[in-house]
Amino acid sequence: MIGQDLLGIEKLDREQIELILETAERMQEIGTRDVKKVPTLRGRTIVNLFFESSTRTQTSFEIAGKRLAADVVNFSTGASSLSKAESLLDTAKTLDAMDPDVVIVRHRVAGVPQRIADELKAPVINAGDGAHEHPTQALLDMLTVRQEKGRIEGLTVAIIGDIAHSRVARSNIYGFTKLGAEVRVAGPPTLLPVGIESLGVKAFTSLREVLDGADVVMALRIQLERLAGALFPSVREYSAVFGLDRAKLRFARPDAIVMHPGPVNRGVELSNELTDHRPSVILDQVRNGVALRMALLYLIAGRPSALHRE
Amino acid sequence: MSRVLIRGGRVLDPSVDHDGVADVLIDGGLIAAVGRDLPATDCEIVEASGHWVAPGFVDVHTHLREPGQEYKEDLASGGRAAVAGGFTSLACMANTRPVNDDPSVTKYILDRAAKDSPARIHPIAAATRGLKGEVMTEMVALREAGAIGFSDDGEVIMDAAVMRHVLEYSTLVGVPVIVHAEDCGLRCDGVMNEGIVSTRLGLPGNPVEAEEIHIARDIRLARMTGARLHIAHVSAGGSVELIRRAKEEGLQVTAEVTPHHLTLTDEANSGFDTSTKMAPPLRTARDVALVRRALAEGVIDCVATDHAPHAVYEKDVEFTAAPCGVTGLETAFAVVMDLVRCGEISPLELMRRMSTSPVRIFAIPGGTLVVRSPADVVIVDPAGEWVYEPGDGFSKSRNSPWAGHTLTGRVMATFVGGRLVYQARRGVVVQ
Repeated sequence: MIGQDLLGIEKLDREQIELILETAERMQEIGTRDVKKVPTLRGRTIVNLFFESSTRTQTSFEIAGKRLAADVVNFSTGASSLSKAESLLDTAKTLDAMDPDVVIVRHRVAGVPQRIADELKAPVINAGDGAHEHPTQALLDMLTVRQEKGRIEGLTVAIIGDIAHSRVARSNIYGFTKLGAEVRVAGPPTLLPVGIESLGVKAFTSLREVLDGADVVMALRIQLERLAGALFPSVREYSAVFGLDRAKLRFARPDAIVMHPGPVNRGVELSNELTDHRPSVILDQVRNGVALRMALLYLIAGRPSALHRE
Repeated sequence: MSRVLIRGGRVLDPSVDHDGVADVLIDGGLIAAVGRDLPATDCEIVEASGHWVAPGFVDVHTHLREPGQEYKEDLASGGRAAVAGGFTSLACMANTRPVNDDPSVTKYILDRAAKDSPARIHPIAAATRGLKGEVMTEMVALREAGAIGFSDDGEVIMDAAVMRHVLEYSTLVGVPVIVHAEDCGLRCDGVMNEGIVSTRLGLPGNPVEAEEIHIARDIRLARMTGARLHIAHVSAGGSVELIRRAKEEGLQVTAEVTPHHLTLTDEANSGFDTSTKMAPPLRTARDVALVRRALAEGVIDCVATDHAPHAVYEKDVEFTAAPCGVTGLETAFAVVMDLVRCGEISPLELMRRMSTSPVRIFAIPGGTLVVRSPADVVIVDPAGEWVYEPGDGFSKSRNSPWAGHTLTGRVMATFVGGRLVYQARRGVVVQ
């Protein structure tokens, strides 16, 4: 994968996904050491180009880069600084002239990482673009499930909530189906996008049906301010019908785990109690995020084979 | 060069259903004769053997950006792009700065075009002041100034009462009202067709129903008012049935389709290339098949480019933020030739959709090669291959989905009023 972009899970094959997950499992040990640093990427420059603020994802990438001894630079630019004076691709070209080794891009609009990758010499990792893809989130979710369940093949994964606006849902749909899981989605009809079945999933509007036999239950964050009143009537009704608590979780398999990409709207997608206790594995997801991103940076920016070629 | 003999081409003149090899003699700006073996005395000879000779193309839907946005296009560059694409007459939409909602703007466009443009330019005036969809424009005065139709294209008249009154009042002048049919509420923030592809890409969708509902409304209002309604850039398969029924009912409803809606699907949006973003958006293969058949059958009357130039830096932004529209004048003929190559339409009927039909809808000159008509003529090589590089073309803008593509079907020469204004080997020829 050296020098390649990672723009989405859609374009990966099963072997690539498994290579990333196996590499991440080897990286996990580094995070348990006293000195949490290896010299693998010494001298490399990694740029976090975040057009949409996300402290969690940005920090995870930053820690991952630093544990591999890379120089990590945060180039954060909120919506306000995205002025008309500088076009998106101008920003990319400016950055390219500073010769980064990897650029990590996050943007609120689908497709921006791809457009930037088309301009840049350096490989681009998509850290989330609009409702399109969030590949590192899906990879860390797959890593978490593999550790919890020992496998992904043959599992039933239920994704619940705002499927229409969720990049996490799309990337996880691609990833889990490629690894042989059955993926189901559920939410109010207004939050299920047209033709979602074409991605190889079954769509439900009943929590009871989607949870029946589920090994993994993934709740998605609801954008309360934007959607309440427009695409569902109220937060109260949403949490009553699609919010998860221990009682509703009984529809799933007894050993089902609960996941959430964070941050949780407590009492909306998940009950307060379920957020903090097993079977939810939310903090394991976060922990795995660092190892997963270390693995990706190593696979993309590490140069052992390049050195061999020279 | 007052006398020109175009010799040995396949002459396609839809106005008289003529399809056969003939010579065409141009004299004094007019068609002087069409026939076999015309004598070649005292005239310049243009060999057209193996080529088609047809009435110059007529594009009733362009955005030429002058006055106000000359950095995108102006009447000179737009006119040059037109004749390079075989177009001899253009209608230009009213969404300029200032808006063409006042006779002074209409006259300005006509004066400038007469000086600057090698193609004939016919302004379309706004239907409502400032394209705001509220107060109707002075249609009688605008018509007297030279407007050939009324449209708020680019914007939408969402208030049905305003549209009703615009249509009613337009019967006083008797020219078509052109509708950009898109229900803005239903479109919402959609930037591409709503469907499997938008779901995959995570881009906000714009459903076909936004177009179909608006067309259904305006057809009802056309029936109510007896006005002439021309439906711009039909993109949805479901719209075709609505138009077909309106015509069967005898309503004065006509329609156009763009080269891109005839040949591209929403799969073209997959690379997030903003040169594939336009309004209405590219639809599915099923929609494309239905609008192609509608054009072949004449349910859709004509091809119009919706030529919408934008500066590179305006398009080099997020897909959601990019302005809608693609250029089309220089590529239209080659692109729509796909229908002839697929055996879906005859050469003569395609030429009709490109010239004779739009001319009849808008009652403008052109669309014929009959003797004593103005010599607006195009010569094309139907098999000619060329690579379209927008930077080498004549439009000021480059936002084309066909940039860098090899296209088949080449414009060899264009005459406006008997004057050679474009020749493939020399480029635009303007004295």
